[in-house]
Amino acid sequence: MKPTSPRGGGSSGRAVNAALGAAGLAAFLALGEAVPRLGLVKEQFFPPTSRIARALGGEITDSAFWADLGDTLTGWALGLVIAVGAGVVAGVVVSVVPYLREATASTIEFLRPIPSVALIPLAVLLYGTELRSVLLLVVYASFWQVLVQVMYGVRDVDPVAEETARSYGLGTWARIRHVLWPTALPYVMTGVRLAAAVALILTVTAELVIGAPGLGARIAVAQTSQAVPELYALIVVTGLLGLLINVGARSVERYALAWHQSVRGEVTV
Amino acid sequence: MHASLVVSGLRKVYEGAGRRVEAVRDLTFTVDAGELVCLVGPSGCGKTTLLKCMAGLLAPTSGEVLLGGRRVSGPPPGMAFVFQEYGRSLFPWMRVGENVELPLRQKKLGRVRRRELVVDALESVGLADAAGAYPWQLSGGMQQRVAIARALAYEPEVLLMDEPFAAVDAQTRADLEDLVRRLWRRRGITVLFVTHDIDEAVYLGERVLVLSASPTVVREQLKVDLPEERDQLRTRVAPRFAELRTRVYEQIQAAKRGEPVVEDAPPPR
Amino acid sequence: MKDDPAGRRRPGTWGGRLLRALFVVALPALLFGLWWLASDGSTDVYWPPLRTILETFPDVWTRARLRADLLPSLLRLLAGYTSAAVVGIGLGTVIGSYRKVRAVCEPVLEFLRAVPPPVLVPVIMLFAGIGDTMKIVVIASGCVWPVLLNTIEGVRAVDSVMSETARSYGITGPARIRSVVLPSAGPQIFAGLRQALSIGIILMVISEMFAASNGLGFTIVQFQRGFAIPDMWTGILVLGLLGFLLSVLFQLVERRVLGWYHGLRDSSRRSP
Repeated sequence: MKPTSPRGGGSSGRAVNAALGAAGLAAFLALGEAVPRLGLVKEQFFPPTSRIARALGGEITDSAFWADLGDTLTGWALGLVIAVGAGVVAGVVVSVVPYLREATASTIEFLRPIPSVALIPLAVLLYGTELRSVLLLVVYASFWQVLVQVMYGVRDVDPVAEETARSYGLGTWARIRHVLWPTALPYVMTGVRLAAAVALILTVTAELVIGAPGLGARIAVAQTSQAVPELYALIVVTGLLGLLINVGARSVERYALAWHQSVRGEVTV
Repeated sequence: MHASLVVSGLRKVYEGAGRRVEAVRDLTFTVDAGELVCLVGPSGCGKTTLLKCMAGLLAPTSGEVLLGGRRVSGPPPGMAFVFQEYGRSLFPWMRVGENVELPLRQKKLGRVRRRELVVDALESVGLADAAGAYPWQLSGGMQQRVAIARALAYEPEVLLMDEPFAAVDAQTRADLEDLVRRLWRRRGITVLFVTHDIDEAVYLGERVLVLSASPTVVREQLKVDLPEERDQLRTRVAPRFAELRTRVYEQIQAAKRGEPVVEDAPPPR
Repeated sequence: MKDDPAGRRRPGTWGGRLLRALFVVALPALLFGLWWLASDGSTDVYWPPLRTILETFPDVWTRARLRADLLPSLLRLLAGYTSAAVVGIGLGTVIGSYRKVRAVCEPVLEFLRAVPPPVLVPVIMLFAGIGDTMKIVVIASGCVWPVLLNTIEGVRAVDSVMSETARSYGITGPARIRSVVLPSAGPQIFAGLRQALSIGIILMVISEMFAASNGLGFTIVQFQRGFAIPDMWTGILVLGLLGFLLSVLFQLVERRVLGWYHGLRDSSRRSP
């Protein structure tokens, strides 16, 4: 009898947690209502929850809002796809070609921490408020997340499996397909999850600062026109978007991981 | 500075989500001051639960534990615990010396006294040179020695050991057994040693308590009338050793089959 | 790199060392050369020759300019980042220690973390105006989430045997936090701090682009608006260098504080 103390295990524990979480959320919303109403902060700076909710209602009935949301999602998705594609290809090539990893290490270590927002002035000059401006920032920021994870993943390949594959005369392509890719997949998924979050941040940032059409630009407009409740409502939207992306990416990752474990029959991570 | 350990009517029931597990039913026994008692039982018999109740880490459902006449209601200052999982019970961010010293700081001992105790304890487990190493730089057996040194430096009245050698190899294990015997004789600490290894129990103990399967009660108490001076070669081939281990073995087998306890079975002479 | 797979070559020999040095320098040198050659004689205003950029550099980034622009940026980053670290680790330790508190806070924190930090700039400007306070608050409010959530996760995951060991030796309260909980959560906390650092740099630049009278972000945008293109390029280089240097600094600190963790990981990797 192991003393597994009955800590929130089982479905009832989960139900309790969900209830507590809901209570926390309710308290958060109530606080947002009460604080400005009681005059603890100025209402024109911090509108009560109900005002924000009303503004949010106004937004979602506005077709321009949906167009902006579409623009943001387009920039995010395109940037992410390009970054993931480029990151995976570059990561595999760098890892597989002899000596390329050693040769690129210093360059990657140097380029990776460069903040992508440093490119904002360049993007403005080159592309103005076009989508390409957004993509430049998003791809630069997300690319490294994927690349580095892919390289970790390839390094994790079991040398015995690799030797075995080699001894059976599998060619480079077959080795990549059957040995390298399955091992690296969970890492790639982690990279995609991180990149997805970073891509959203940079999409909104580019729109906000450069003025490329999208939710970020809409926030900038709300700010300059002093439409404070709308400003908050839009921030809530970006938060929900981020939440959706995080949760989605995490469940994709978990799915990929589960598959990975069932295939390899061992527990990693 | 030694104390007796009295367990009376101890019962522990885990209340899970809609699930009750009675791990320990009714345990009563005494460990005299300065005695070395081994506790054996079939695997999963609630040994760990019992130890944790005794160490004040778990609250019993009913019954009580008395250390030197005082009721245990939380980890008592006069008791030291050596866990089976040495790798998880030593702190990997502290060097060996710091690991041994940490509980002494908590006791508010002066620096000179702490130094003295650490050096002495490490010396008595044969690790005088290892104070500056990190635990993970040592072998498993050495790590468990560090854990023992930490317990010794704490100057406990009672030492509880939870299957401390279950995870080390056979030769190391024999060395560690002799170490425990030696330290016990030299320091006169009260020791309660839990194991699932019958030979180990008979070799080490002055007395062996055999537990039943869960829900646990004491099946039998056996006086080990082997000479004080024991050694791995001769003691283990002594006819009396064989008789005792057979007796314990039979009891454990009966416990596994769930046979009722025969009250007052006289120990065979 | 520490754990390079260069075990094949013998690192002790001169040849090995030379080869390794070559690996470090070769590609950067090649890229630099390519940029130099490709941009040499360039008449495109947006892509000035690298030669021009490098010649402009010392004129733009004088000592006075560094004091006027780089220093304020760094101080704001430091102030914001440090307060985020203190609040994140402190609050995270409390929330992570209590299961119920964690369950109550989790959904709200998940939401707040998901908000892209730069959108907080307009809101914080409402409260804090456009001064240094605004920028510090912006940086802090963006950096705090990764630190907070990682601390919660790290504190929650303290090994049960370690906890019990500490408890059985009477190590409780502040001593427990200091000697057991925080070191044990250390690797996770540092992962959060690392994420926070890159967010912090982004926010430092963004907040200065919005409204400021000095700072790196402000200056670079000024160059761009004034079509001082080579100057703008030097600004991009400075930001890049800053990002790189801060990350090196971070790694040095991390190696020092988490030396035990890297050693432990390496030793368990060698003998699984």
